[in-house]
Amino acid sequence: MAIPSTLITLLLGMVLVLVGLWVGQNVQLLPLDASTNAPVYDSLFQVLFSIGTILFIGIVGLVVFSLVRFRRRPGDLADGVAIEGNLPLEIVWTAIPAIVVLFVGIYSYDIYERMGGMVSLNDHSAMHHSPDVMQASMSSAPTSSESGSSANEPRVWAGIGSSDSAEGTLPVEVTAMQFAFIFHYPEGDITSGELHVPVNQPVELRMKANDVIHAFWVPQFRLKQDVIPGQPTVLSFTATRAGSYPIICAELCGPYHGGMRSTVVVHEEEAFHQWFEKNAPPKPIPATVASINLNPTA
Amino acid sequence: MTVASPTDFEPQGLQPQGWLKYFSFSLDHKVIGLQYLVTGFIFYFIGGALAGVIRTELASPISDFVSRETYNEVLTLHGTVMIFLWIVPVVNGAFGNYLIPFYVGARDMAFPRLNAVAFWLIPPAGILLIASYFVAGGAAQSGWTAYPPLSLSTPAIGQVIWILSVLLLGGSSIFGGINFIATILKLRRPGLKLMQLPMYCWAMLGTSILVVLSTPVLAGTLILLSFDIIAHTGFFNPALGGNVVVYQHLFWFYSHPAVYIMVLPAFGLVSEILPIHARKPLFGYTTMVYSILAIVVLGLVVWAHHMFTSGTPPWMRLFFTIATSFIAVPTGIKFFNWLATLWGGKLALNSAMLFSCGFIINFVFGGITGVALAQVPFDIHVHDTYFVVAHFHYIVYGGTVFVIFASVYHWYPKFTGRMLNEDLGRLHFLLTFIGFNLCFTPQHWLGLNGMPRRVAEYDPSFTTLNQVSSVGALLMAISTLPFLINVIWSAFAGELAGDNPWKALTPEWLTTSPPPVENWVGEAPLVTHPYDYGIPEGKIDLRVASGADLWFGGKR
Repeated sequence: MAIPSTLITLLLGMVLVLVGLWVGQNVQLLPLDASTNAPVYDSLFQVLFSIGTILFIGIVGLVVFSLVRFRRRPGDLADGVAIEGNLPLEIVWTAIPAIVVLFVGIYSYDIYERMGGMVSLNDHSAMHHSPDVMQASMSSAPTSSESGSSANEPRVWAGIGSSDSAEGTLPVEVTAMQFAFIFHYPEGDITSGELHVPVNQPVELRMKANDVIHAFWVPQFRLKQDVIPGQPTVLSFTATRAGSYPIICAELCGPYHGGMRSTVVVHEEEAFHQWFEKNAPPKPIPATVASINLNPTA
Repeated sequence: MTVASPTDFEPQGLQPQGWLKYFSFSLDHKVIGLQYLVTGFIFYFIGGALAGVIRTELASPISDFVSRETYNEVLTLHGTVMIFLWIVPVVNGAFGNYLIPFYVGARDMAFPRLNAVAFWLIPPAGILLIASYFVAGGAAQSGWTAYPPLSLSTPAIGQVIWILSVLLLGGSSIFGGINFIATILKLRRPGLKLMQLPMYCWAMLGTSILVVLSTPVLAGTLILLSFDIIAHTGFFNPALGGNVVVYQHLFWFYSHPAVYIMVLPAFGLVSEILPIHARKPLFGYTTMVYSILAIVVLGLVVWAHHMFTSGTPPWMRLFFTIATSFIAVPTGIKFFNWLATLWGGKLALNSAMLFSCGFIINFVFGGITGVALAQVPFDIHVHDTYFVVAHFHYIVYGGTVFVIFASVYHWYPKFTGRMLNEDLGRLHFLLTFIGFNLCFTPQHWLGLNGMPRRVAEYDPSFTTLNQVSSVGALLMAISTLPFLINVIWSAFAGELAGDNPWKALTPEWLTTSPPPVENWVGEAPLVTHPYDYGIPEGKIDLRVASGADLWFGGKR
């Protein structure tokens, strides 16, 4: 006696789900994770990868099976069966994707909140002296932002904030221009072409662009934020793994867009302090804009 | 009373006859459709050559094949040509013009002169765009998105010509859209109800609504952008108090629906092809119609998912994530319906069927990555990377271009009266399918691991996969050779097709091949059941029934 087709279908479905889950868990497509955000991102990726694998293999399987099983044999001139629809079946395949999509949407919203994407940016306590919104002149020097900050409440237009308070957060001002990123540490008056950050300490990048739109992307942090002329943005992250990772401009910004890269160096806490002390100007003399420009570092 | 012969319909006058009519301001919707199709293919080969330049440059990690400026011109022209001169005109203009009057039982489009104007805007716009490469400063370099301030600071002449060209093409698209809406709603043969129309009519109705609603927004935006360039106004110039993110909202308000303008007609065409070659009715006609309408409505409110990493507030990101994800539901319904159409059919494994199934597989893959991209946290990592490049090529090439090829194999007998060679067709499918997947599958990994899009140089660790991708592109280029040989050779020496080689029921097959001017000799047929294939369940087809079938009532 033949095995009932319902049983075969059930077994195939179970195998498919298991294969999908296994693939999601074990096939590693992402680069190293080096920020607190990355493992959260990777768990979302696993869920999407599993669902996608199940769906894709299932549909390809159905197409290939149909093409083989229902192919027209030579000499067969008959038609197929005249089935014009099946309402219960159609309800099922409307409801299941709707539920899956809703689940994925809510789950990714939760992850986005954990990343700090839903933090209200404009009553953000960490934003002490960000550049003035209107100060978007094409010619502004990277370090002149200090001068423009006055009584005006700065408006941050977008970005990913940090949900915890400003205590212990390392602020870094990022200026993007054709075709480089400039990093300025207001706490030590250091200007650098590379981003140096300590491991396990929140960092807040306050970003502005001088000419065209750029985007700040560190694949190992799974974070990206456009840097927009005239509209300051923020990006908060906490690095979790010491090492050097690429910073990549991800928005077409001109002929040398592909060459607009830098490096983020994540130091152990001790090493970061050494780097910071070494590059900060001597304490007694208050730093001025001119002295920073004279002492380019890193 | 006598029966009118085709010659009685031949317009007398200044219009050239014979092959010359294809170079004329013809008002015949079939001539205009083929004008669109052939023009589209010419631009497809130009756009393909540009893609070849990109893949050659990316075969090595350093910028060594063309200059960086030229590379940016090439990628801008590639995107613009493929979208505005190939896919949109072909799936809308070519097949829409050829098929819609047949499907509604009309003798021509509602506005034949507007129709001819819409087509004849395309060659000058295309030539203008290509020619801009040779002007001082070269063609536009800011990508097909032309984001300011980059588009304000790159060489102005090329950018202005680009705007002019896109405006002309947008105008052509709007004229076409108005014409399709009027034809489908007002030129239906008396007695033909809306819910009896072939699915492609519904797809074109939905598409045309999107065209008419969203293309004017793009036109307005590009006019403002051209003011910024020429008259130094400050709409989008932050140095003059302008807002660059507003441009992105306006641009994507058109350009996301543009994706549906490119894929909805393809959905419609597949819905025509599958039932005929599977010898089964189209499964779930009513839900298919409502799915199209749902995609139209949702397609208008998802544009900001292209802007998750730019200046959008958090609530907006949430709304657009949910709205975008939900487009998967009506789209999924359509795919399940096609699978159900195949199930239990008698599938002819010809080129049209193979390309249609290739479309299903590629588009499902692109749809899955699309749902992933709709999730803000996911998108933040891969936005503007090769992951996105791979995703949208799976949608527009793996989806729409595969359907264009399926449609050419399916309707070529109607266009010319001759069949295409099936062996060459299957070879074409095999090379295209392998080349396409070889080219674009590795790009997902590249994007996830740190290769941004629109770069001429990249991290040397990505070299191998980029070379694999370039080999895939080469295969895709080679795959067009059997196709070209096939369509040219078959036009003269192909097997004669007869009027209805597929034994189809839709009205374009119920006339001669090629059809006469004004489509039918005598009255237009009234087709109220365009997908009435198949044997009712429980009945037995006497042509293939055996004695045992008759004895058991076909229920063994």
